[in-house]
Amino acid sequence: MSNQGVGAAIPRKEDRRFLLGKGQYTDDIRLPDQLYAHIVRSPYAHARIAAVRKSKAQAAPGVVAIFTGADLAADQVGGLPCGWGITNKDGSPMVEPPHPALASDRARHVGDPVALVVAETKAQAKDAAAELEIEYEPLPAVAHLADAVAAGAPQVWEQARGNVCFDWHLGDQAACDAAFAKANKVVEIELTNNRLIPNAMEPRCAIGHYDAANDHYTLYTTSQNPHVIRLLMSAFTLKVPEHKLRVVAPDVGGGFGSKIYHYAEELLVMWASRKLGQPVKWTAERSESFMSDAHGRDHVTKAQLALDKEGRFLGLRVQTLANLGAYLSTFAPAVPTYLYATLLSGPYHLPAIYAEVKAIFTHTVPVDAYRGAGRPEASYLVERLVDKAARETGIDKVEIRRRNFIPPEKFPYQTAVALQYDIGNYQATLDLALKAIDYRGFEKRKAESAGRGKLRGIGISTYIEACGIAPSAVVGSLGARAALYEAATVRVHPTGGVTVMTGSHSHGQGHETTFAQLVVERLGIPLDSVEIVHGDTDKIPFGMGTYGSRSIAVGGSAIVRALDKVVAKGKKIAAHLLEASEADVEFKDGKFVVVGTDRAKAFAEVAFAAYVPHNYPHETLEPGLEESAFYDPKNFTFPAGCHVVEVEVDPETGVTRVVDVAVADDVGRVINPLLVEGQIHGGLAQGIGQALYEQCVYEKDGQLLSGSMMSYCLPRASDLPNFKVGNHVTPCTHNPLGVKGVGEVGAIGVPPAVINAVLDALAPLGVKDITMPATPEKVWSAIQAAKRQRA
Amino acid sequence: MFKVTLQVNHKAHTAEVEPRTLLVELLRDQLRLTGTHVGCDTSQCGACVVLVGGKSVKSCTMLALEADGTEVVTVEGLAQGDKLHPVQTAFHEHHGLQCGFCTPGILMSAVDLLARTNRPTEHDVREWLDGNLCRCTGYHNIVKAVLSAADKMRGGKS
Amino acid sequence: MKNFAFHRPKSAAEAVAALKRCPDGKFLAGGQSLLPVLKLGMAEPSDLISLSAIRELADIRRDGDRLIVGALATHDEVHRSPVVKQTIPGLAALAGGIGDAQVRNRGTLGGSIAHADPAADYPAAVLALGATVQTDRRRIGGDDFFRGLFETALERDELVQAVHFPIPERCAYAKFGSPASKYALVGVMVARFAGGVRVAVTGAGPKAFRLPTLESALAGNFSPAALTGVAIPAQGLRSDMEASADYRAHLIGVMARRAVAAAAA
Repeated sequence: MSNQGVGAAIPRKEDRRFLLGKGQYTDDIRLPDQLYAHIVRSPYAHARIAAVRKSKAQAAPGVVAIFTGADLAADQVGGLPCGWGITNKDGSPMVEPPHPALASDRARHVGDPVALVVAETKAQAKDAAAELEIEYEPLPAVAHLADAVAAGAPQVWEQARGNVCFDWHLGDQAACDAAFAKANKVVEIELTNNRLIPNAMEPRCAIGHYDAANDHYTLYTTSQNPHVIRLLMSAFTLKVPEHKLRVVAPDVGGGFGSKIYHYAEELLVMWASRKLGQPVKWTAERSESFMSDAHGRDHVTKAQLALDKEGRFLGLRVQTLANLGAYLSTFAPAVPTYLYATLLSGPYHLPAIYAEVKAIFTHTVPVDAYRGAGRPEASYLVERLVDKAARETGIDKVEIRRRNFIPPEKFPYQTAVALQYDIGNYQATLDLALKAIDYRGFEKRKAESAGRGKLRGIGISTYIEACGIAPSAVVGSLGARAALYEAATVRVHPTGGVTVMTGSHSHGQGHETTFAQLVVERLGIPLDSVEIVHGDTDKIPFGMGTYGSRSIAVGGSAIVRALDKVVAKGKKIAAHLLEASEADVEFKDGKFVVVGTDRAKAFAEVAFAAYVPHNYPHETLEPGLEESAFYDPKNFTFPAGCHVVEVEVDPETGVTRVVDVAVADDVGRVINPLLVEGQIHGGLAQGIGQALYEQCVYEKDGQLLSGSMMSYCLPRASDLPNFKVGNHVTPCTHNPLGVKGVGEVGAIGVPPAVINAVLDALAPLGVKDITMPATPEKVWSAIQAAKRQRA
Repeated sequence: MFKVTLQVNHKAHTAEVEPRTLLVELLRDQLRLTGTHVGCDTSQCGACVVLVGGKSVKSCTMLALEADGTEVVTVEGLAQGDKLHPVQTAFHEHHGLQCGFCTPGILMSAVDLLARTNRPTEHDVREWLDGNLCRCTGYHNIVKAVLSAADKMRGGKS
Repeated sequence: MKNFAFHRPKSAAEAVAALKRCPDGKFLAGGQSLLPVLKLGMAEPSDLISLSAIRELADIRRDGDRLIVGALATHDEVHRSPVVKQTIPGLAALAGGIGDAQVRNRGTLGGSIAHADPAADYPAAVLALGATVQTDRRRIGGDDFFRGLFETALERDELVQAVHFPIPERCAYAKFGSPASKYALVGVMVARFAGGVRVAVTGAGPKAFRLPTLESALAGNFSPAALTGVAIPAQGLRSDMEASADYRAHLIGVMARRAVAAAAA
């Protein structure tokens, strides 16, 4: 069975339904008597809502109801909660403004929901929405970080003076000052981490269904974590007990973080269904996604790196402004703090680090975790800074990294920013990636490009990330208001098949295959005998969902623990059947064997005995074979690696093409290489997207300019090369599988490699800086500016 | 309401639609062929691509009434019974799909390409897919799958 | 999208008659420009007169020193047409670079020029080739056809039936497409005729336009080198989040040189 177990590159079990067009996404579901909702959103970034006049819209054909914030308030519907609290430098809590599902007095960003129109058909709801008269009084607005922190800036919230949500720090300031005092060289950098819009291909969708006869609620939603949504709805928004609430996240078309959060629309369709006694469905149009899905990144950072005369890093100071948007999204405060500043050591021995982060409200869509979440911002900063240090000290960019890596023998390694890395080998991944791209042959390729009038550059990034998020006790002490374990149930059927219920959620990752491989490996049964069930709170005991590359490390480990329990119980049953002592029974190759004999019971025989317990140790054991486990990890996992990118810049137009990408990642033990590579490819595409193509653009007054795929550039097939993907495994030391996680490595590792490559290409022209995305016009302008400076 | 009569996946259908009804709405909402998806509202993403008269089109940018009298093939019409179309098989074998949302559109687009050329280069495939966005795969395995399907379909060895 | 009345006439004459009866109506050709506009609520016509049942307007043929392309020929048909490839290969190439494969399968020449998107590709060809637009009632010279942003010389109910492209000695189109939308940020078509050179630019202004300075520079020496040092003023060019006027001006020069190089090759 090993050809289907751990390490086997098998195609996915779930493919067939998708290839046949038989996947079932939320919008594919149509409940009997379903009504359709359209959300009326603020066209202004900041406005007082003076009046909402419903009468004309109410009279439109097919309209069933129109709801506003006042209706929600009258029903005491709760606001959307924030799941993570941050403590300020001075010990006070962050500012936590209300977040109603429908804005009633003020709209605070373009796209802020103001009213809900429910009608018999989708088209009628939209037609009627156009008739709804909302009187806005526009107010001054602010969208950009620099403007929001300027004196006299328009205020997003009265209670957040200067638009500051929190002013937080991490690290030892005194130690850092001391390190800088003895430095031979200080390298400084200022960076912007560009604001991104996730754009999972499936727009969000939610169907609320209240069943009055049973006083029971069901929500079908495009979520990465149905249990979390149920928890938040139960405790904060809908305020219905969990046993009366079912949340189903069926096939979900990509998430990348944007489908973690509890969104207003989920609450609205559930509440409206209760009011109207019929199911209510809402499906986002893509233009709505642009102005209502949580955005990502949006940092402005200054940093200084202190080095000794050998180019060894002594200390790092970081000052970051992070844009949170107008409201606190579910996990927003964690992103620019514990998912960011804790990673500022990179893969380096960096004795002293002091980071200060100010989180700022603006009149923009809320910002939260997007693929990588905080860690791309950290790796971009560190890897740009290290490259700059290499240029300024004259030390080769590979050498300066090697010189500062935490060596393999130093693990576990305690960083200056709270994390303890358990294991890694950064030299190994660096060597592999350089070899894969033929680093030594670069000069030749550069000359060849030059012959065609192109500037070739090579860029390196040696990144680290923390994933498999994470120990509940640790995250709790850092402000998380939820726990971060994962749950699994392994149900062995009487005839030997297995159903696994997992709290992880697959929205493209392929859990139905990967997790089944864990079962194959442990129980020795064929892949076809295993079914993985996810995404339904009525079917799965509990779960915390999928984000932060945690599914295999936390969810997979929970499955392994449950499998261990199944095997343990199976041994007891087998010992009875085989009339042997339990200590003498071992489970091997799908059989319970009495050690040293040929007496054995197949797994299916033991399963059968568990459910037809005619001959069974009833006095010591219950019948049945079903086990659950909750796995709470001891630590984060720390994938790391090296991404090398070659670009060609056309100096005439400024167009940058990524012509080669070679990566070597250490994501721990690999369960399915085919799927792991797929995850890396996807992350790389999004990372290259951030570096070269993607930019959420707000006007200064908060109008969203990049409000559709016509203006927000998602990378296409013709924009990207093939990817060379390699790996080097150091197994994680603290989970049973030795796995680390792979979902985010591409998005975290590659953006600095791309920009370092662009700057390498442009260095001969005197260009020293470029911001992401390095669009053709920016590159061309940088070249012109450098030319003028030289002239 | 207007009557539209068309062949979908080799079966005749008649439906009543509003003039503004899009082909994708007819397919999804009335014929309940939900394999064709809507991923954007500006004709960029290609999740809605189907074949009309053998050519790939964005069914979100075509009125249902304009499909009157045409032959439409959606992703549901690709396989023959249990037997997957070679393009579907190649996507499976090469892990050319993840979340699956863009997949139907990409399959239909690829089928159109392979009807035009049985020996596309990697460059041809990448350029051809300009009308399809995928956010999961980075296109690497999609391109590999299309090239492999081309090989299989012309009976060559991949 | 707001509802509208729908008509599908069988002939061009019926189509024109139908639109005459609907003061707020519009013709619908391939719909690749019009439907997105309607979906975004940027236009709300009372009636759409579909041209899809009219078979007579999709013909592509050579007539002496002209290539005549029917208004309903799709971009894909123009791209793949042996006649176009033989007579004006630069036009076939231009058509093959419009939008994406699916847009090319539906979008039509007539629809594109009647819509007059300032970033569409065909207007550059109409101007650079000195084409004539044949409508149901007259012939309009290419130079007079595009009047402004989404504005043409067409009367409200006038139907484009074909475009007559004079066959040049050489021509080529070089496009710098928007990475997001694939529309031209700058597209330049150059064409050399026995009587002179024509250069037209799309994407850079409120409408496609010719550049006489480049035309005269190329008249005596049809080579990229002839364009070195010819200044393109940024004044009046579009400036938006994707490209400033200065950058567009620069790109016009680069694309013009590349188009000349391609045409001369």
